[in-house]
Amino acid sequence: MTLEFRERRDYLSWGRVERRPQRVARPASRRDLAPLASGGWPRLAVGLLRSYGDSCLATGASLLDLTRLDHLLAFDDETGLLTAEAGVSLGELMRIFVPRGWFPPVTPGTRFVTLGGAVANDVHGKNHEAAGTFGRHVAALTLLRSDVGEVTCSPAENAELFAATIGGLGLTGVITTVTLRMRRIASAYIDAEKLAYGSLDAFFELNAESEARFEHLVAWFDCTAGAANLGRGIFSRGNWSPFGDLEPHRDAGLLQLPVELPSFTINPLSLRLINAVYRANETRALGAHRLHYGPFFHPLDSVRGWSRIYGRAGMYQYQCVLPVPTAAAATHALLAQIAKSGEGSFLAVLKAFGALPSPGLLSFPMPGITLAVDFADHGRKTLALFERLDQVVSEAGGRLYPAKDGRISREMFAEGYPALARFARSVDPACTSDFWERVRP
Amino acid sequence: MTNPRRVLVLGALSAMAVATARLYAAEGARLVLAGRDAAALETLAADLRARGALSAEAVTADLATTSPDALLPALLVPLGGAVDAVYLAYGVLGDLGLAERDLTVAAQVIDTNYRSAALWCLAVAAVLERQRAGSLVVIGSVAGDRGRKSNYLYGSTKAGLGVLVQGLAHRLAKVGARAVLVKPGFVDTPMTEHIKGRRGPLWATPEQVAPTLRKAADGGGTVVYAPWFWRPVMALIRAVPSPIFHRTNL
Repeated sequence: MTLEFRERRDYLSWGRVERRPQRVARPASRRDLAPLASGGWPRLAVGLLRSYGDSCLATGASLLDLTRLDHLLAFDDETGLLTAEAGVSLGELMRIFVPRGWFPPVTPGTRFVTLGGAVANDVHGKNHEAAGTFGRHVAALTLLRSDVGEVTCSPAENAELFAATIGGLGLTGVITTVTLRMRRIASAYIDAEKLAYGSLDAFFELNAESEARFEHLVAWFDCTAGAANLGRGIFSRGNWSPFGDLEPHRDAGLLQLPVELPSFTINPLSLRLINAVYRANETRALGAHRLHYGPFFHPLDSVRGWSRIYGRAGMYQYQCVLPVPTAAAATHALLAQIAKSGEGSFLAVLKAFGALPSPGLLSFPMPGITLAVDFADHGRKTLALFERLDQVVSEAGGRLYPAKDGRISREMFAEGYPALARFARSVDPACTSDFWERVRP
Repeated sequence: MTNPRRVLVLGALSAMAVATARLYAAEGARLVLAGRDAAALETLAADLRARGALSAEAVTADLATTSPDALLPALLVPLGGAVDAVYLAYGVLGDLGLAERDLTVAAQVIDTNYRSAALWCLAVAAVLERQRAGSLVVIGSVAGDRGRKSNYLYGSTKAGLGVLVQGLAHRLAKVGARAVLVKPGFVDTPMTEHIKGRRGPLWATPEQVAPTLRKAADGGGTVVYAPWFWRPVMALIRAVPSPIFHRTNL
């Protein structure tokens, strides 16, 4: 079989704002990718399309949907070293390896992400302080380049290309295989604790106090709360439990949001209501619990296609990181802007990044605080708010997460990512994305 | 723990066979994988071993043109000469338009999907009868339930195979062995990649169909639809009188 391309209108990014049709091929094996090594036709490899903005779209170029490249190539039961094709999802790895006492070293807030996508976005999880980014656990990977064909990269071999590929948004060539160090778990459960806190200062205190004792830390905050309550929310922390079985999650029987809800579903009024209900609900569940890793790490995965709740217009997520020295003041300023706007949504997350360095040239995490808030797309009003937020982030020396972005300016991207020019030298001349066309130097 | 299952997959590279073999691998089964593409079979064998299979052996053969007489015993050697479940998963959709104009194309579809598949079924049935145990699971199709102008040639081969499997089930029942026909509906595989509207509500993924194929080896009816809703749907479609059916464009 060779690559067959078709025009597809159902390949949308997670935010569902961009609606341009994509030219897509879905190869069945790595061998089908042979044509990539010859010919410079523009392309981008994609997986489960969980990037929010336009980093997983390539209008006018060709998308290679690699989700059928989902074979494991080798696994060492002694060391946990796994080599697999890039299209296998973290969720599938969990289903295979949890019963055998292994787990991916880092998991983002969704398990519907491929290995290739996790590398290309150098994803982070609730355990960033303890484990750093996903890329830190990648021992090696294989790239298929348009200019030199297949290349193996690792921290020791082709180190520059490796560093460019970790967090490199799929632009350094098509990632075909990944070698990952899995971690041991004794059970499928997390000993978790939820604490209500009343202010941003309280969040910082809780976080400082928890860092040494808990591997997993994150906070949900009520982005509609202003003034004295600014930043109030629910702090959640946990450790892998030594107790419990090794039962993996189930995806069958998940709720599915099959259609887009009307765009007015998320409005300032419904938002206050949703946040109040959520807060009340979480407050009832305060205290210590033993939770399965599914609801602990991936609560939103229980509703497939949840971003359709934002309707036809789609949604944005604004995720930035603010470096340690400016983090407290800048977080305060951002939260105040968001509360004042009455925008924002039910998903609003605060999390500290630790000091472990990110291995990628374009890796997003740096020591400090990351803030992520969903926004319904209300057109110019939303974009104007983002510009005010951008200003705060810029002044604080922070940056935005490309996996979530669909509108950042070229200048702001360059400012936030000092290694951009160096990265650009490793880009495969044939690889591109709508994001890259927007921000490339 | 029960003894590891011994499983032979004929046409192991079909998407539904891959998904089913992965379920067996997770149980720690021993598998033999037969198909045409040596490199892809080796990749699959490594995948199944990494997923927990006790063993997974790849055997390269064009089943559609190879006589089961010599090959079947060889395929069973890595399993210790006996087998708990045999899956027959190969088949071609074929280009009906081309087959209508060129009978050699039609003959290929019939030879692969019916003639060779029927011979493999007969050979496997003889083994199961001798063992007085084990299951033959054959992948049929809802297309075999009623001939329609868009894929009647493919449908007829699967219908013929269905009657054969039914007969084998009857024959094997007295010794305690089994034969099952599983009829999937629309499944999103490389074979159906060209069909439009592939994300509609009637479509299933191979991973959704696989548990049905897995369970079919352990017990249940002789004819199984996957997903289950195709049974009433096809009953309805079979019941539509021809004068009305002929006006549809199915």
